[in-house]
Amino acid sequence: MTALTDLTLAEARDQLRAKQISAVELADAHIRAVERIRPLNAFITETLDLARERAKLADKRLAEGKAGALEGIPLAIKDLFCTEGVLTTAASHILKGFHPPYESTVTANLKRAGAVMLGKTNLDEFAMGSSNMTSHYGPVESPWRRQGDNRPLVPGGSSGGSAAAVAARACLAATGTDTGGSIRQPAAFCGIVGLKPTYGRCSRWGIVAFASSLDQAGPMTRSVKDAAIMLGAMAGHDPKDSTSAEEPVPDFAASLIGDIRGLRIGVPQEYRLEGTNPEVLALWDQGIEWAKEAGAEVVDVSLPHTKYALATYYIVAPAEASANLARYDGVRFGLRVPGKSLEEMYELTRAEGFGAEVKRRVLIGTYVLSAGYYDAYYLKAQKVRALIARDFDQAFQKVDLLLTPTAPTPSFAVGEKMDDPIAMYLNDVFTVPASLAGLPAISIPAGLARDGLPLGLQLIGRAFDESTVLRAAGVLETLAHFTEQPDLAGRLAETRA
Amino acid sequence: MSNLIAGRTGEWEIVIGLEVHAQVISEAKLFSGAATSFGAEPNSQVSPVDAGMPGMLPVINRRCVEQAVKTGLGINATVNTLSIFDRKNYFYPDLPQGYQISQYTRPIVSGGHLDIEVEGAAKRIGITRLHLEQDAGKSLHDQHPTLTYVDLNRSGIALMEIVSEPDLRSSEEAAAYLRKLRSILRYLETCDGNMEEGSLRCDANVSVRKPGEPFGTRCEIKNVNSVRFVALAIDYEARRQVELIEEGGQVQQETRLFDSGRGITRPMRSKEHAHDYRYFPDPDLLPLELDPAFIESVRQAMPELPDARRRRYVERFGLTPYDAEVLVAEKETAAYFEAVAKGRDAKQAANWVTGELFGALNKLDRAIAHSPVSAASLGELLDLIADDTISGKIAKDVFLAMLDSGESAKAIVEKKGLRQVTDSGAIEQAVDAVLAANQDKVAEYKSGKDKLFGFFVGQAMKATGGKANPALLNDILRKKLS
Repeated sequence: MTALTDLTLAEARDQLRAKQISAVELADAHIRAVERIRPLNAFITETLDLARERAKLADKRLAEGKAGALEGIPLAIKDLFCTEGVLTTAASHILKGFHPPYESTVTANLKRAGAVMLGKTNLDEFAMGSSNMTSHYGPVESPWRRQGDNRPLVPGGSSGGSAAAVAARACLAATGTDTGGSIRQPAAFCGIVGLKPTYGRCSRWGIVAFASSLDQAGPMTRSVKDAAIMLGAMAGHDPKDSTSAEEPVPDFAASLIGDIRGLRIGVPQEYRLEGTNPEVLALWDQGIEWAKEAGAEVVDVSLPHTKYALATYYIVAPAEASANLARYDGVRFGLRVPGKSLEEMYELTRAEGFGAEVKRRVLIGTYVLSAGYYDAYYLKAQKVRALIARDFDQAFQKVDLLLTPTAPTPSFAVGEKMDDPIAMYLNDVFTVPASLAGLPAISIPAGLARDGLPLGLQLIGRAFDESTVLRAAGVLETLAHFTEQPDLAGRLAETRA
Repeated sequence: MSNLIAGRTGEWEIVIGLEVHAQVISEAKLFSGAATSFGAEPNSQVSPVDAGMPGMLPVINRRCVEQAVKTGLGINATVNTLSIFDRKNYFYPDLPQGYQISQYTRPIVSGGHLDIEVEGAAKRIGITRLHLEQDAGKSLHDQHPTLTYVDLNRSGIALMEIVSEPDLRSSEEAAAYLRKLRSILRYLETCDGNMEEGSLRCDANVSVRKPGEPFGTRCEIKNVNSVRFVALAIDYEARRQVELIEEGGQVQQETRLFDSGRGITRPMRSKEHAHDYRYFPDPDLLPLELDPAFIESVRQAMPELPDARRRRYVERFGLTPYDAEVLVAEKETAAYFEAVAKGRDAKQAANWVTGELFGALNKLDRAIAHSPVSAASLGELLDLIADDTISGKIAKDVFLAMLDSGESAKAIVEKKGLRQVTDSGAIEQAVDAVLAANQDKVAEYKSGKDKLFGFFVGQAMKATGGKANPALLNDILRKKLS
C-alpha cells in the first residue's frame, strides 16, 4: 500500500470518501512529515493542533455525507495569506506578531471545502525573490540535491516553502502566489506542478499585497489533476476584490480528457534566449515532440516584445510594491522601533523591519514613480506592458496554447546569486511575460537535468482558459512520466514513532 | 465697484481660486462598509480596510458615486463616463495605507460653473473639476503631553474635492461663491455643508498682480472653517503679498494656515520638504465606468436648485429679486416659505418670513429649522388676516405672543379678544362719539384740512381698542364726514 503521504490529493480524496482511510490518520501522517522535514525550514508556523481538530471535524462531515470538495485534505498555506488568529508574517520582520482578525477569501474557500491546514509556509520576504533566501525566517532548503553534491539548494521562490513541503511529501498540496513566477519557478525547481491562474480568477482579498496588478493565488500540487481540483476550490468571484472576475468556475478536473489532438500549440521563438541552459532547451524540444506525438499541431509564433518583459516587470512590480508596503509604518500593527520623533520611528521601524531585497524594490518603485521619472519609467512600462499583452493576443489568434521552459536553469545553491540581483531576476525571464499579460500558466515537472535536478515546462493559455491549459498539461504529464522523488535520507528530523 | 487694492506702487488685483472639500452624505465610506456618523467614539467606525490592514482591498461605494454625479450635474458640469482612481503617496499616522485614494488625471466630473452675485453684479465662476477621494483620519495632539492619538473614524469617508478656476477677484466674490456652492450641495443633499463639523472645508489659493499682468505666485491657505474666515484670510493674505512685493520681496509658493485668533495667515510648519506624491493609478480598483443611462437617471431625479427656484419666485410669485434671493439661499428657508405661501398670498408670505420671522430668529439666534413658530402656525396667522379676523397691525402683536407662548394664532386672538370689530353699528357708534367730541376739528376738516382724516381714524381706532376693521372704519368715517 502506498504511504498516506505519497498519495495524490485526488487519491486521498477518493479513499476518504470510500472510508478506506480517515482524515485523522491522513492528518497524523502529514503532521509527522511536517515534523520530520523541519530541517528544510519550509514552515514559518505549524498549526498541527489545529490540523488535528480540523481532521476530526472532517471525519464527522465525511461520516454525515456532508463532505466538501477537499474534505480532510491536509494542505500547507503560503504565509502571505492572512489566516484568522494565526500568525501571518509574509516572511518579514515588520509583521512581527501579526495575527489577522480575518481570513483571506482563498483560505476561507479552502476551509469551507473541508481542507485541513497544517501550517504557514516560508517564502521570500513579501514574496520578493526567486530563491527563498530573502525570508526573515531564514532560507528554505530544497528537498533536492545534485547528485554527488551535498550543498543545500534553493527551492526557488517566492513560494519556496510551499514547493518544498509538497515535494517532500509533508502535505498533499499547498497554496502559492505568483506575481512574476513565484508559483511556477519553485514548482519547476522542486519537481511539482504549479498553476498560476488568470489574473482575477482567485480573490486577492486577504493576501498580503506585493504588486496588486500581478498578484494571483494558485495551487501547488504533485499532479495536474490535483491542481485542477484545488483550483476549483480556491477560485470564484469575490465582491470584496474589485479586480476579481465575474467568471463562472468550470469543473477543471473534468477538462482532463487526455486528448489534445488538433490543439494548436505555439512555440515562441523569442524564448530561445542565448545563454539558456542547453539541458533546458533540450527538454523544451522534448516537450515539443511529446505534443506532436499526442496529436497537437505545433507552430512557431512570435512574441516580439518579450525582451522588454523583465525590465517592464521590474518597474511595474516595485512601483506598486512601494505604495503597498507604505502601510508598514509601525503605527498600527507589527513591528515598531521607538524613535525620538515620528519620522525617526518610521525610519528605524522600516530600516529594521524590511530586508535588503524589499528595501531595494521599495527604492526602485519610489524612484520610478517620482516626479521627473514617472513618464520615462512607469508610464513607459505601462505602454510596453500593453504591447506584451497584445503580442499574446495576436499569438492566441493562431494557437490555443504556448509551450516554453519554466526557468532558464535548474535550482542553484543556497547563497548563490545573492550578490547579483540581476542574475537573480533572470530566473523570471520565462514566467514574467504571462504575468504581465494576466494569463494562466502552469509549470509541470518534465525531466531531470544530468545533475539530477528537476526541470519544468510551462504552458500558457488564453485568459480564463485554465481548462485547456490543464488538459494539455495532463497529456504532457503522462508522456513525461515524471516519477522521481527527492532523496531526503540523512536530512530528516527524528520524530516519535 | 472696484475690487482693486491700493498699494504704494499702484493698484493690485487679487486672484483667487477655491478648493472645497465636501464630505459626501452616505451611510458608508467610499471604499468600505464602515459607518460615517459624526461624533462617534474614537476608532469605533473603522473597518480593516480603513485601518490599512494587510491584504485589505477597496471596493467603490455606488452611493458615493451617485452623489458625485448628482453634484456634478448641479454645478453644470460634465460627468465623465470614465474616471480613474489614483494613489497619492505620503506618510502620516492618520493615513493608514500610506496613500490616499484620489482621482488625479481623470476626475469623475469636469468643466462646470456656478453664477454668483455681488452687490447686484452677476458673475459666472468656472469650476475646473470635481473628484472623489478618501478622507484621512484625525490626529489628536492635545490628549497627551508627548504623544499623538489617532482617530480613524474619518479615515476613508468620501470627499468631493471641488476646484474652481482662478476666476474670483475679491473676498466678497469668494464668499459668495462658497455660499452658493454650499447652498447647491445642501439642496442636492450631497453634503450637509456644516463647516464647524468639518464636513465642508475650504482651501483658498491667493495671488496678486497688477491689472492686465500675468498671474502672480500663489499661496494656498488651508482648511479655513467658515465663510467669514475665508474672506478675512484672503484679505489679509492679499495685503501681505502686496506689501511683500512692494518692499522688494517675492511671494514664495507655499501652504499657509489661517490663525483666526489673530486674523493672520502664517506658513505651515515643516514645509521644507516639498511633497512628491508619486500619483499612479490604483491597481486595486478598475477604472470607473458610468453608463450614460445611469447619469440620465440621476439627472431625472434632480431637485429644483436655488437659481431655478429664485426665478420661479420672481416670475410666478412676483417677489422682488432681493427677497427671492434671501428666501432661496437656504434650503430650509425656502421650504418654510413655500409652506407658508402655499394657497396664500405669496408676496405677503415673503414679507412676513423675511420681516417678522427673520427679525425674531435673529434676536433669538436660532436657525429656521428651530423656529418657535412653525410654517403652519405662521400660515394660520396669515389666514386670520385674510379673512378679516384681525388686522395686519394686530397680527404683528399676535406673532410676538406666538413667539413667547408657542400658542396658536387663533388661541391668542380668542384669549386676548383681539378679534377685529366688523360690526358696522359698533364702529358707527365709535365714530359718532369721536366726531361729537371734536366738533371744531370736523369744521376744520370740512373747510379743507384733509389731513385731519387720519386723526379721526386714530381716535376711532383707539376707541375700539385697535380692533376696528380699518377698511370698514375708513368707509364709515368718510360717509359721515361727507
